[in-house]
Amino acid sequence: MFLCSHFILTQPVTFLVKHQQRCQEMEFAELIKTPRVDGVVLRRPFLPTVEGTLCLTGHHLILSSRQDNTEELWLLHANIDAIEKRFVGSLGTIIVKCKDLRVIQLDIPGMEECLNIASSIEVLSTLDSVSLMYPFFYRPMFQVIEDGWKSFLPEDAFKDLESMTEEWRLSDVNKDYSVCSSYPPLVAVPKDVDDDTLRKAAAFRHGGRFPVLSYYHKKNGMVMMRSGQPLTGTNGRRCKEDEKLINATLRAGKRGYIIDTRTVSVAQQAKARGGGFESEANYPQWRRIHKAIERSSILQESLIKLVEACNDQSHSMDRWLSKLEASNWQTHVKEILTTACLAAQCIDREGASVLVHGTEGTDSTLQVTSLAQIILDPACRTIQGFQALVEREWLQAGHPFQQRCSQSAYSNSKPRCEAPVFLLFLDCVWQILRQFPCSFQFSQHFLVLLFEHTYASQFGTFMGNSASERSKLNLSQKTVSLWSWVNRPQEVERLSNPLYEANCLVIWPSVAPQSLLLWEGVFLRWKRSSRCLDEAYDEMVHIIQYNNKELQNKVNNLRRQLAQLETEEPLLQTP
Amino acid sequence: MMEHIRTPKVENVRLIDRTAPRKAMVGTLYLSATHTIFVENNPETRRETWVLHSMVASVERPPTTPSGSHLVVHTKNFQVVQLLIPQERDAMDVQASLARLSRPEKYSELYCLSINPNANKEEREESWSFLDLQADYRRMGVPNNLWVSTPANSEYRVCDTYPSELFVPKSATPPVIVGSSKFRSRGRLPVLTYFHQDTLAAICRCSQPLSGFSARSQEDEQMLEAIMKSNPGSDYIYVVDTRPKLNAMANRAAGKGYENEDHYANIKLQFIGIENIHVMRNSQQKISDVGELKTPSMGDFLWGLESSGWLKHIKAVLDAGVFIAKAVAEEGISVVVHCSDGWDRTAQACSVASVLLEPYYRTMKGLMLLIERDWVSFGHKFSHRYNHLEGDPKEVSPVIDQFLECVWQLSEQFPCAFEFNERFLVQLHRHVYSCQYGNFLGNSQKERRDMGLRERTHSLWPQLWKDRAQYANPLYRADHTQTQGILRPNTTPYCFK
Repeated sequence: MFLCSHFILTQPVTFLVKHQQRCQEMEFAELIKTPRVDGVVLRRPFLPTVEGTLCLTGHHLILSSRQDNTEELWLLHANIDAIEKRFVGSLGTIIVKCKDLRVIQLDIPGMEECLNIASSIEVLSTLDSVSLMYPFFYRPMFQVIEDGWKSFLPEDAFKDLESMTEEWRLSDVNKDYSVCSSYPPLVAVPKDVDDDTLRKAAAFRHGGRFPVLSYYHKKNGMVMMRSGQPLTGTNGRRCKEDEKLINATLRAGKRGYIIDTRTVSVAQQAKARGGGFESEANYPQWRRIHKAIERSSILQESLIKLVEACNDQSHSMDRWLSKLEASNWQTHVKEILTTACLAAQCIDREGASVLVHGTEGTDSTLQVTSLAQIILDPACRTIQGFQALVEREWLQAGHPFQQRCSQSAYSNSKPRCEAPVFLLFLDCVWQILRQFPCSFQFSQHFLVLLFEHTYASQFGTFMGNSASERSKLNLSQKTVSLWSWVNRPQEVERLSNPLYEANCLVIWPSVAPQSLLLWEGVFLRWKRSSRCLDEAYDEMVHIIQYNNKELQNKVNNLRRQLAQLETEEPLLQTP
Repeated sequence: MMEHIRTPKVENVRLIDRTAPRKAMVGTLYLSATHTIFVENNPETRRETWVLHSMVASVERPPTTPSGSHLVVHTKNFQVVQLLIPQERDAMDVQASLARLSRPEKYSELYCLSINPNANKEEREESWSFLDLQADYRRMGVPNNLWVSTPANSEYRVCDTYPSELFVPKSATPPVIVGSSKFRSRGRLPVLTYFHQDTLAAICRCSQPLSGFSARSQEDEQMLEAIMKSNPGSDYIYVVDTRPKLNAMANRAAGKGYENEDHYANIKLQFIGIENIHVMRNSQQKISDVGELKTPSMGDFLWGLESSGWLKHIKAVLDAGVFIAKAVAEEGISVVVHCSDGWDRTAQACSVASVLLEPYYRTMKGLMLLIERDWVSFGHKFSHRYNHLEGDPKEVSPVIDQFLECVWQLSEQFPCAFEFNERFLVQLHRHVYSCQYGNFLGNSQKERRDMGLRERTHSLWPQLWKDRAQYANPLYRADHTQTQGILRPNTTPYCFK
């Protein structure tokens, strides 16, 4: 992947060859019909065309000009979403469309070579076998200062909670993943509820996802919980243990809110398939609010339409705006943010606890709970805190990253479970970041980096679909964590927001349509040069550094003066 | 104006915050000869809200409610002030007073003419010498051996909407100048507006020729020929007709139209397709309606944005500027720009091109000069377009608004290229409407001279300059790469915000 390419590139070419040989000796040899072709021309956005040698390895497509290392291309096969072939005479062209939305073009002399390369790329970029994935082969060429696999353990997160309240406990009821396959082994639940009750409540919730603690609001002790839908079915089944579990989170005489991320009619229809929602009769202490966040298949369609609209530069203004509207992407952003604001409002303004769920509780639910925390909790707006949030509310919470991110906007194959659920979350975070440019410790670079690594990565962090799958794959032993890379000082600096000033307040984003913009950093990244904007950014950093230096000088001067005055003072007092 | 005030003071009025209707301020409303003033009762804050009468676009009074009568005041710079007045009678009086106060019938009723001109005589006189248009022509290197000043329009003899001092090709003789002016709408003959020293190419502006279906004028043809010859590096010129071609053709039936390429040697005609003032007025109305929607969905908003056509029009204006700038800087070809009368779309296209071509026009003083030249001196009809006096509503149109928005769009693409920030543009926009200063009164240089505005009002420019610290763009550096040379903006639709 290109993010690590800059340090790989500093390796001599002999290394490339060795790397290539090593890979070929392995399982991939028979998949690579033509390992190298000379005289290949590479065209890509904003960079000069280069000619060089194309090499295919088990995991990378490499173009080396053999002159200047900076012009090389290292592309993970896993990052390739789709390819197109074209022929003019014996000159073949392969258009490579990447999951990070970049499109590059390779002109390959020789029809046979071109066909071989194309078919190899097709196979290598769609390998189903998890064990062949690059993170298992990748060896870090940076020093791991802090092992990211150990950075955000649930036990540690719970220690923070314990310092604030005694009403919650950490349960290991799911230690062998038998109660809920998509939950982690440890979850926070009300202290007064025993594991047996949890097991019964789990049987009443979709996927065994019984209500667990998502967030504790220190200011007023209110909480946010999340779960799967209750399995009421058409007969209105009820479960005393489930009722007991969530009622245990309410203060005496207080009402809570259940935010169902589906519309009433969708929730009604779910009953026919065994699902449903909490009825007023059985949950009298809860008020249910329905919102409308779309299902994942619709989100994927939106992404495809949006990227298509962004890629056609010949549009008139009318056509562009109508295509943007028709993609519905911005509508999803607005719906998700609105629902997150609602959850945050219930907690902070109404002083009520909240339970959030949709159907499975692994997609829209997590969008809402994680964004509400960005709004409410200043800690989530730091670099470390945001990682902890992603770890807690997405990875541990069982968002099926592998299923959701195996195809992006270009893929021709029929989507199965793909959906840009996490990308939409990142887009929403970007919208809040744009509205509160000084309240986040990180810049949009961090969000873009996460987007890239969820779709293709040398790190194991986003592999698998749940904590249980990751543990079976033994990722923490066999792969490197993205957090190990991110938390090195030089990377932290790159991802930092120079305008950051810790803001301990709740931040309420505007969700009015005119306040929500298209996320250029992702969707127009390869379409228009960002040079002028980058220059402005550098200029801003420069000004801030200069001002800080000036201020530091002033402080030093004043200190010196003070010290001087202090030494002079006794003299003044003597008559 | 005092006689139009039916009630000078109303107590127990609520000023309602649109974003948080429950948080209203209670206070007293005063009507003065120039302002509506709301003073909060709270003795600790005593917050004051001032609205200049000339900024008021409309005052609506929705049906009376049990708690009183609402008044919704829309201003020309898109503020909305919502008042709740306990007595319906008072509300009606305030509404009627404001309706009259905000629509002066004579220039003398305007704020800038209501003050004693000699209170700060020296300051006033000095304020008008702050900008020197002739110095800006000299900065461009004009006059020179290609372009010369002509006395033809002294006392506004050939064109009463042009400035008295004009620059024309050296080879254009007085008969050519007069003849060409007779063949152009309202006598607005082709004259120089910008000269590009690097390529010696020029931007000239005029109105449409009176060509009809077959008329021609030897002098006008000679004039364009002279313009071509004033650029030694090229053997043709572009004639940019900023109108949609259909509109230009329709004008032929009225004895106007566009240059016949068979009659004019060595011209290349280019239509750009900026719509007329009526389309623009409706478009702005639509887009501000979109902003007024109570709780629009994303679909409502995007659909409204699209159907208003606003961004399409902004793109058209910017595209016109880009075409001209490219011709002048990259091809080294001179351009003659016109529309119908040559005071709206032509002003937009020429001034956008100047901003793209010339780093100086991206500074505060430079933009002031540019507005002074392409808009004020060349007879953009400020008082008609911005409704300074009660007049024909069909003459009103947000023409300079669109220019300012183009500059803003450019500043979004080139954040280090402009010395000023968004606030500067907003302030300029405000004063185009406010009539607090004499700069934008009237519809031509001649009208302003006849009114004696320099003797009776102050100029806006030194005031803005005095406050320049708050209008400065911190990212601007005179030696930055974005500050140098010509700007090449991306005008793909998704680049507009």
